[in-house]
Amino acid sequence: MSTSTASDDKNRRVPAGERVADWADGRLGIYSLAKANMRKIFPDHWSFMLGEIALYSFIIIILTGVYLTLFFHPSMNEVVYHGSYVPLQGVRMSEAYASTVDISFDVRGGLLIRQIHHWAALIFLAAMLVHMMRVFFTGAFRKPREVNWLFGFLLFVLGMFTGFTGYSLPDDLLSGTGVRFMQGAILSVPVVGTYLSMFLFGGEFPGGDFVARFYSVHILLLPGIMLGLVVAHLILVFYHKHTQFAGPGRTNRNVVGMPLLPVYMAKAGGFFFLVFGLITIVSAIATINPIWALGPYRPDQVSTGAQPDWYMGFSEGLIRVMPGWEINFLGHTLVLGVFIPLVIFPLVLVAIAVYPFIEGWVTRDNREHHILDRPRNAPTRTAFGVAWLTWYFILLVGGGNDLWATHFHLSINAITWFVRVFFFVGPVIAFVVTKRICLGLQRRDAEKVLHGRESGVIKRLPHGEFIEVHTPLDQADLHRLTAHDQHKPADLGPAVDENGVRRNVGPAEKLRVKLSKGYYGEGSQIPKPTAEEYNEIAAAHGHGHEEITSGKH
Amino acid sequence: MKKLSARRRHPLAAVVVLLLALAATGGLYAAFAPAGTAQADETAQSLAIEEGKKLYSVGCASCHGTGGQGSSDGPPLVGVGSAAVDFQVGTGRMPAQQPGVQVPKKKVIYSQAEIDQLAAYIASLGAGPIIPTENQYDPAGADVARGGDLFRTNCTQCHNFTGEGGALTGGKSAPNLEGVSPKHIYEAMQTGPQNMPSFPDSTMPEEQKKEIIAYIQAVNGEKASSPGGLKLGGLGPVSEGLFGWIFGLGVLIAAAVWVAAHTAKAKKS
Repeated sequence: MSTSTASDDKNRRVPAGERVADWADGRLGIYSLAKANMRKIFPDHWSFMLGEIALYSFIIIILTGVYLTLFFHPSMNEVVYHGSYVPLQGVRMSEAYASTVDISFDVRGGLLIRQIHHWAALIFLAAMLVHMMRVFFTGAFRKPREVNWLFGFLLFVLGMFTGFTGYSLPDDLLSGTGVRFMQGAILSVPVVGTYLSMFLFGGEFPGGDFVARFYSVHILLLPGIMLGLVVAHLILVFYHKHTQFAGPGRTNRNVVGMPLLPVYMAKAGGFFFLVFGLITIVSAIATINPIWALGPYRPDQVSTGAQPDWYMGFSEGLIRVMPGWEINFLGHTLVLGVFIPLVIFPLVLVAIAVYPFIEGWVTRDNREHHILDRPRNAPTRTAFGVAWLTWYFILLVGGGNDLWATHFHLSINAITWFVRVFFFVGPVIAFVVTKRICLGLQRRDAEKVLHGRESGVIKRLPHGEFIEVHTPLDQADLHRLTAHDQHKPADLGPAVDENGVRRNVGPAEKLRVKLSKGYYGEGSQIPKPTAEEYNEIAAAHGHGHEEITSGKH
Repeated sequence: MKKLSARRRHPLAAVVVLLLALAATGGLYAAFAPAGTAQADETAQSLAIEEGKKLYSVGCASCHGTGGQGSSDGPPLVGVGSAAVDFQVGTGRMPAQQPGVQVPKKKVIYSQAEIDQLAAYIASLGAGPIIPTENQYDPAGADVARGGDLFRTNCTQCHNFTGEGGALTGGKSAPNLEGVSPKHIYEAMQTGPQNMPSFPDSTMPEEQKKEIIAYIQAVNGEKASSPGGLKLGGLGPVSEGLFGWIFGLGVLIAAAVWVAAHTAKAKKS
């Protein structure tokens, strides 16, 4: 530092830090960048940190993954194991498997890093799903954030496949079964299935190529795309500014919270270490994917309880509950029992991804939304989300049907049939029930606004009547409970135009109006209390039992 | 007390009361639930077969018939051999408690001496696999790695990678092999109880059975270690996923709530 060039003002000794900052500013323009962003405001709510959990676990995965690449051999050459794990000594296995066992037992810190990598992956996917559901149920995907919703969705899907290619690398009996499952699904594709399989595996399954190929995909291609998407995702969060829940002083045009520097830098930085620490504790306590106990993959061996990691579990459910249908036609077999699940697999994911666009189309809502909805105030959306989660969960039950059977002493056949029926029925029930619950909660909100909160104090009036004293809500709560918009359902308009000619209304518009009525029509939302109603009731209270409760004020 | 009554109307009060009530009910049940302690006395015996027949008439004949010929409630026992008796009675599966898709393992109610007498009687009805001697099933010195390979070829389809058990059709299941003695594992392979296929010496020689037993002991026995920490039942990704969601993400969300609750803004009075 002492050798750096003299500053403009020779009389003043400029501190070293400032000189470094000046140097950097002259080349990177950090001052204007910092000025624009240091005081960037973020609102405070625990659910806004779910995405942070995902982001930090992603960083942890990258860090630990780099360590693992130093010792992992992505090769299917056959070797005989002579490492320190006795029950495998002398067993023939691929180099990939042998090096993973070595990482677990003979590389310093290898097992812990492997377990951090794998636990962080499970948590990464789980955090992404929960984050996505937070965004969904609060309506944070609405304009202007639809693109960011898609970025997030893509991250989730890419995360699934990065996970799949990752846990397939050790070439153990469990993951090998998973790869075989995938190959079976590819084979079921009509006409091109066999070609695709041969192309992917470089010949017959399993061949000698797939570990090396999955390795490139797992450590380079997919994480590269994901890293780019994460950056884009975060840039958009900055650009759009963060959403906030309704509250006093919070509008669609401001953000109420605390500045990035110093508050959120400290909080987010600290939270990163909390996440890293807690994941490390989990990894030090509980084992994950003990590949040494699973044995090396051999296509002639298989074990019960062969399931994928949880985020692929719904695909396992699809295949497990699908009846084994097939069509034989001119010497060709169409394996519907595998092909139909393969088709439904992306549909399950797409169903939730396209919802924001469907809602946007139905509501024709072109305004920007920066104030979040409370889930109860958007009953149709909330009901759809719960229905989708139910669908997803039922498929997970199907994927683990054997463990449900053994642990709850049930028949696996009965569970399979339950899943088959509830694949169709479950979401419908969940939709109806959730919508009713939302409406009930809206009614309760209206009740609370108009009559206050039940205080639990019972008073006896002079003439003998008992009443429960209600305490009125404060202004902030009143605002919180009444801040949401209530839309009017769309209308087809008059059947004829002003000249008496029949108006031409397309089927899409008819459908849109029908859906809009479902969203906002009668019985789909409880009218929120108006100021007049509130004043009227407050006045009536003044004449009625208000004098009794006045002691509370 | 004042503090308690102030929180009485808290939105979470009902949840807390429910949890306390559940904990109290469960605790009381655990404390006072009767534990069965039926134990047959040991008796001296003269002729094993003679005594075994007596035991058989009391404990087994109602289903298996007075001479082991079987009935609508139980299969014939002629020719099943003493190994089958030692396994079924020695693991508590027999006498069966109630008919069902499968007879589960339960508390053993006969002493080993009585089991030997029963076995001697059944063996006298017709030739069958005999109870193995210790040098037949003792896994000491057997090749564990070869046992692992054999286990993955012959057993994991039903019993899982490390013998944690698994589901079969219609409510039946392959049991967990943890804590099963080498003798009983050997007998099970030899006789093929219930839904299990049998692996006679002609298809799986004694040496291989020993190796399999050695492998089970190494990965799922008393001395087996779990180098990575809690093995979560050894059930694979399903239990890992459950653990990851509850204790991984759950703890992290709790941490997020904690961080968000400790904020720089002035506290509401």
